Amino acid sequence: MLDQVIFYTFAAIAVISAILTVTRRNVVHSAVFLITALLATAGIFLQLRAEFLFIVQIILYVGGIMVLFVFVIMLVNLDEAVRQMRFARQKWVALLISLALAAQVGLMFWSSRKMPGQGMPKFAAAPVEMLPPNSEAVAKSLFDTYLLPFEIASVLLLVAMIGAVVMAKKRT
Amino acid sequence: MQAVIQATIEFVKQYWAPLVCSVAIVAILPLVAGYIVLVERKIMADMQARLGPMRVGPHGLLQPIADAVKLLIKEDIIPEEADKLVFWLAPVLSVAAALLAMAGLAIGPAFQIAKDINIGILFVVGISAMGIFGIVLGGWASNSHYSLIGALRSSAQLVSYETAAGMALVCGLLFAGSLNITSIVQAQYDQGIWFGLLAPVAFFTYLVASIAETNRAPFDLPEAESELVAGYMTEFSGFRWSLYFLAEYTNMIVVASVATTLFLGGWLRPFPRTTWLNFLDFLAPLAMIGVGVYCLVRTPKQPSRVQQIFMLAVAGLCFVVALVLVVPLVVPLFNRSLAAAVKPFHDGILGAFWFILKVSLYIYFFMWLRFTLPRYRFDQLMRLGWHFLIPLSIINVLVIGIAMIAGQYFNLTGWALLLTTVPASILALIVALFILASEQKSEPQKTSAAPDSYA
Repeated sequence: MLDQVIFYTFAAIAVISAILTVTRRNVVHSAVFLITALLATAGIFLQLRAEFLFIVQIILYVGGIMVLFVFVIMLVNLDEAVRQMRFARQKWVALLISLALAAQVGLMFWSSRKMPGQGMPKFAAAPVEMLPPNSEAVAKSLFDTYLLPFEIASVLLLVAMIGAVVMAKKRT
Repeated sequence: MQAVIQATIEFVKQYWAPLVCSVAIVAILPLVAGYIVLVERKIMADMQARLGPMRVGPHGLLQPIADAVKLLIKEDIIPEEADKLVFWLAPVLSVAAALLAMAGLAIGPAFQIAKDINIGILFVVGISAMGIFGIVLGGWASNSHYSLIGALRSSAQLVSYETAAGMALVCGLLFAGSLNITSIVQAQYDQGIWFGLLAPVAFFTYLVASIAETNRAPFDLPEAESELVAGYMTEFSGFRWSLYFLAEYTNMIVVASVATTLFLGGWLRPFPRTTWLNFLDFLAPLAMIGVGVYCLVRTPKQPSRVQQIFMLAVAGLCFVVALVLVVPLVVPLFNRSLAAAVKPFHDGILGAFWFILKVSLYIYFFMWLRFTLPRYRFDQLMRLGWHFLIPLSIINVLVIGIAMIAGQYFNLTGWALLLTTVPASILALIVALFILASEQKSEPQKTSAAPDSYA
């Protein structure tokens, strides 16, 4: 019962603030609502007893990426940005693609309905005693089970980072 | 409807203790912050050979309350051109993040709101890092150049020093092997040594980074009053300003608590496993009695009757605290059978005493630095962060990891582990200094740095 109340509260906050993110005229307000949406998602992670994901979501997205977002927004002249057209013209293409995506997700739910134990996901969290300690479980799967993909992803990110530094250095 | 009420009752039944604790923290912290400000002004006065606030109450002891009343009845001004919503939201965000971070901290083994969460210290660090939005959005919403520049400086500073602080924490967590606060302190008890001694370079890095993260002097560039009026707080007044103030001092308590937990042994007394030092536990009530006696002696010298009464009240308070501290210590000496029953109180109260003592010393060190060192220039600050602290902390994690493997190989634990970690720390320091020197050699100092308005 309590789990459901918490879930629907956070879900409502996430959806409403996501809608507000794209419809606000002021960029800083959009950023504030995006932060709210991310925080609400973090809240859902916590409700599902995935506390490590919760804090990583907050540290990385809210504390890291969004700070840089806001930092860049501050440097932009907002009065000019408000006057510019907000939406690109490929409205119909975008609509088509998002409809296709929605259909795909719906199809996934529909087709998994008959499988045993799958069906529509229930948003009730597992009891605490059944779960292993969360951060340890994540660490085990990253550094033990999926070590090679993890290393490949790290190398890719390192390459991207070095590339960014090199490109930034060339300008000066 | 019935189900909702039922669920609420269940919720309250299960969580009444953390709820009461959190209300207490929210209620008490403004007072604590006010008194930290008073102590800071007194220490500043002492270091500058002055008396400091003396008018309100004996030795200015009621000054924080007078200040709070003044702030609350001050006119609340919102600038005409300000963004009202964000202007309203920003100080609230700042203070909410700081207060929420307190939930994860453990003040002694008994007082912790979010009991035994698995992510422990990560929760505290992550949530308190969100306070930066309060500063940035507040600076932007004021629609003032001073505020905006202060906000930009602040976000740049926080982002760059968070890396160093995080790496320093990783170093301490390597020894602890867990993120849970109770496990971290337990690990220090098992090892018999504080992690601050095992990883001195990591502790130093965290110390510097935590000063930068709380925007304290010598890194208080976001509110550099000689150039930016008051930085991001310029347009805020009255209650909103006091919220920022509360957030700043709460953040100080939070970083001090994190450092205490991870590097200074948390709620353990010095040398927790050495039994002949058990008399150290009696220092707590003795210190309180000493303060009480001093207040009693000073009472006749107070100028007015009200101040004399107040002094007596302070002395009485000290004696009451001393009594509370001394009962769990003395009872087991006379009555062995009660020892087990008193043990949780004993641990909780003495743990809280040692924890608060260490946090206070850490904050005192902050103040000491503030009144001793001149403010850094912004490019110096950035160079210190990016060219020295970040390389130092990364190299330190690397070599401390190697040192720990070497320690396992030779079966070293506790104090013997110093044999490998101290050379490793010195090595990290030398390499980082070498990097700093080589970068300064390759990039000779510009004689006249162009004024960068956003830097």
